[in-house]
Amino acid sequence: MPNFIMSYLRSTEALTPGSAGSQFWALIYVLIIFAGVSLAVICMNWLERKALAHFQVRLGPMRVGPHGLLQPIADAVKLMLKEDIIPTEADQFVFWVAPLIGLLAAFTVYTVIPFGPTQAVSDMNIGILFMLGVSSLGVLGIVVAGWASNSHYPLIGALRSSAQMVSYEVAMGLAVISAILMTSLNTSGTGTLSMIGIVQAQQQQGVWFIFKFFPLGFIAFAIFAIAMVAETNRAPFDLAEAESELTAGFHTEYSGLRWSLFMLAEYAAMIAVSAIAVTLWLGGWMRPFPNLLHAPVWEFIFSLCPGFTFAGLAAITLIGTARMPAHSFFKIQRIGLAVFAVLLGFIALLLLVIAVAGRSADISVAARFRDGIDHVYWFVLKVAVFMYMFIWYRATWPRYRFDQLMKIGWKVMLPISLGVLVVTAIVGVIVK
Amino acid sequence: MNDRAKENKNDLSIHSLSNLDLEAPEKTYLDSNELILNMGPQHPATHGVLRVILKLDGEKVLGTECVIGYLHRGVEKIAENRTYSMFNPYVDRMDYVAAVSNGLGYCEAVEKLLNVEAPPRAKYIRVILTELNRIASHQLWLGTHALDIGAMTPLFYTFRDREEILKIFEKYCGARLTTHAFRIGGCQYETYAGFEKDVKNFLTFFAPKIDEYEALLTTNRIWLERTKNVGVISGADCIALGVTGPVLRASGVKWDLRKAQPYAAYSEFDFEIPTGENGDTYDRYMVRMIEMWQSMRIIEQAVNGLPEGPIMGKVPKVIKPPVGEIYHSIEAPKGELGYFIVSDGSTQPYRLRVRPPSFVNLQALDVMVRGMLVADVVAVIGTLDIVLGEVDR
Repeated sequence: MPNFIMSYLRSTEALTPGSAGSQFWALIYVLIIFAGVSLAVICMNWLERKALAHFQVRLGPMRVGPHGLLQPIADAVKLMLKEDIIPTEADQFVFWVAPLIGLLAAFTVYTVIPFGPTQAVSDMNIGILFMLGVSSLGVLGIVVAGWASNSHYPLIGALRSSAQMVSYEVAMGLAVISAILMTSLNTSGTGTLSMIGIVQAQQQQGVWFIFKFFPLGFIAFAIFAIAMVAETNRAPFDLAEAESELTAGFHTEYSGLRWSLFMLAEYAAMIAVSAIAVTLWLGGWMRPFPNLLHAPVWEFIFSLCPGFTFAGLAAITLIGTARMPAHSFFKIQRIGLAVFAVLLGFIALLLLVIAVAGRSADISVAARFRDGIDHVYWFVLKVAVFMYMFIWYRATWPRYRFDQLMKIGWKVMLPISLGVLVVTAIVGVIVK
Repeated sequence: MNDRAKENKNDLSIHSLSNLDLEAPEKTYLDSNELILNMGPQHPATHGVLRVILKLDGEKVLGTECVIGYLHRGVEKIAENRTYSMFNPYVDRMDYVAAVSNGLGYCEAVEKLLNVEAPPRAKYIRVILTELNRIASHQLWLGTHALDIGAMTPLFYTFRDREEILKIFEKYCGARLTTHAFRIGGCQYETYAGFEKDVKNFLTFFAPKIDEYEALLTTNRIWLERTKNVGVISGADCIALGVTGPVLRASGVKWDLRKAQPYAAYSEFDFEIPTGENGDTYDRYMVRMIEMWQSMRIIEQAVNGLPEGPIMGKVPKVIKPPVGEIYHSIEAPKGELGYFIVSDGSTQPYRLRVRPPSFVNLQALDVMVRGMLVADVVAVIGTLDIVLGEVDR
C-alpha cells in the first residue's frame, strides 16, 4: 500500500488523458470539488425548499435575503451555533464518528467522477468498482449512527436502511454491469471500468448508452435511476428517516453541526449518484447530438449555451427585482437582488466572450477554456436534471412500506436487471 | 441496563394489560428480544398527544396500547358547573376540527330536553354549516393522513381549500375554528348578505379541487400499496367495538344517523351513503372522498331551498329543563357524536356525558394493526381520523 501511494505521488507524467492523473491538478480538483460540492449542496438546499414550496402552493423561504437566497447561510450559521448534544446513553466515540463516515464516503466518490475528459481527480482503471465500493460505505455511517444513539427510533431506522441499501446495491450493480458490457463494443475490442473510458466509449460508438440496444440501455438506466433513489434514502424510499413513522430515523438523536453533516452527506451522495448515472448512460460531459450536429457552426452554437443560461438567470433575477413591492421595507432586498443579477450577468458576459474568442483558434488558451467550460456545463446540467427529479419525487409520492420496498428490490428490480444483463450480453456478442 | 432504564420500564408497567405484558420480553424469532417502542405523546404522526406503546418483533407489531388523557380538560365536569347556554362554547373545544357539528349535537340535545324545536330556516342554516364543516374536517383528515403515509403535497392543497370554508364561517359568526355558531333553540345570527352566493361559489370552486386530490392519490401505485389491505376491520368487529362513522361504513355497514334517525333537516334532502367492501384503509379513503361529494349535494339542496322565517325558536330566557334525561346523537364527520344529559330541573345539567366518536373509534386501533408493520400503525391512526381533544375531553 505505501509503495503504491508513493509510486502514485512520484508519477509526474500524465497517466491518463490530459490533466487527470497529474497530482498537481488532482490536488486542485480536490479543492475545487470540496468547495464546489459544498456550494452545490447549499444551492440544492435552497432550490429544494423553493421548488418543493412551489409544488405545494407556498412561497418557501422569503425573508432572509431576496427570495430567501441567504436562507441556507442563515441555517448553516444557526446549526453551527447550536448546542452540541451527545445523549448520555450513547456510545460517545461512535456517535461522534458516524456522521464523518457518511460524509467521507459521499465525498470520496467524487475522486472518480469525470467532469470532463481531463477534469477529474483521477482516472482509476477500476473507477466504477471504486464508486460502487465507496458509495456502499455510506450505509455504515447510518447503521453506526443508529446503533450508537442507543435509542429505539434510530435503531429501527438503521436496520431499515442497512437492509434497504444492501438489497438495492445488487440491482444497481447489475445495471452498471450491463453498461460496462456495452463499452466492450469499442473498435479496440476491450471494455473498460474507467469512468473516463466509459464516456469515451459512448463517444466512440456515437451513442449514449441509454439509447444503445433500445430498450435494453434504457431499462438498465431506469433500474439504476430507481436504485439510486433508494441508495440515497430519498423519497419515496426515505424509510430510514421516515419522519411520520420514526420521527427522524437514524438521526433522531443528532442535532446541530453533526446533524448538518448528515444532511451534507445525503446531498453530496445524491449529487454523486446522479453524476454516475450521467456518466454511465447520458454521455457524461458530452453535449447533445455530437454525432449528428458536428459542423463547426453547431459547435459554436452549443458553446454559447453556458453564457445564455447565465444570461437567462440574470434576466429572471432582473424581472424579480422589478416585480418587488415598491415599499421601502424591500429597498435592501431590491439592491441585493439587483447586485445578484449584475453578478450573474457578468458571468454570462464572461462565458460568452470566452465562447466567441475560442471559436476559431483551435489550440489557443481560450479554446481550451471554452472546451473545459462546455464539458463541465453539460455535465452539471445533466446532473441538475436528476436533482430536480429528486425534488419532484419527494413532492409527488407517498412513502413505501418496508416490506414493499424489499419486495420491489428483490422480486422486481433484481430479476429485471439480471434479464437485461443477459440479453445485453447476447445482443452484444451477436452485434460484435 | 442501568437504573434509569429500569425505572422507565416500571413506569410503563402501570399501564400494562393482560395481553401486553411489558415486564418480561419474550424470546421471538431468531432469538431476538421484543422491543417496546413508545410512540408519542410527542410524535409527528399521532395527531396531537396520543401515546401508543407498541410491542414489536423487529418491525412487526405484536400489540399496542393507547395511553390517553394528555389533553384532558374535564369538559364533562365543567358542564355540571355551567348553565346550559354557558356550556355551549365548551363543546366546540372537543373536536375542534368539526366544532360546528359538536355545537349542533349539543343544541339539539338540549332542545329535545326542553321540548322545543328550531324553526325551519335555522335548521337549514345548521345543515349548511354542518356539512361545510364535514368537508373541512375531511380535508384536514385527508391532508394529515396523506402526510403520515409520506405524501406531503396533498396537505397544502387541502389546507388551501379549507381556507374558503373557514372564511364563510368567519363571515357568518366571526370565528374560524371554535365557531359557537348555534344557540339552543336556533341560531344567534341571521345569515350575512351574500351568504348564499359565497356557499354556491364554494361549491363550484371545490368540485375540481376534489379531482385534484384524487389525481394525486386515488390511482397512485404507492398510495394503493400503502392503503389496500391495511388495517382491515370487519363490519361485525366494528359493531362489537362500537365503531361508527366512515370507518364503519367502509366495512360495509350502511349506517348513517343522518338517514337512520334524521335530525335537523336531513330528512328533506336527497343524498347517498357511500359504503366500502373490504374495510381497509383504501375503502375508508374512498368513503370519505365520496362523502365530500355527498355533502356538497346536501349543501346545494339546502342553499337552493333555504326558507324564510325566524331563526330562533321559543326558548325561555333562563333555560330550566324539566327533570329527566335525554340522549341525542348526530352523525359528526368522525362518527356518532352523542350527548347524554341528566337534568335535575335546575339551570345546570346534573350530569352531562359525551359519546365521542374519536374515543370509541380509537379502540379499534389494536385490532387493526396487530400483525402489521410500524408504518401501518401510522397509516391506521391517520385513517381512524381521531382528534385528541375529543378523545380526552
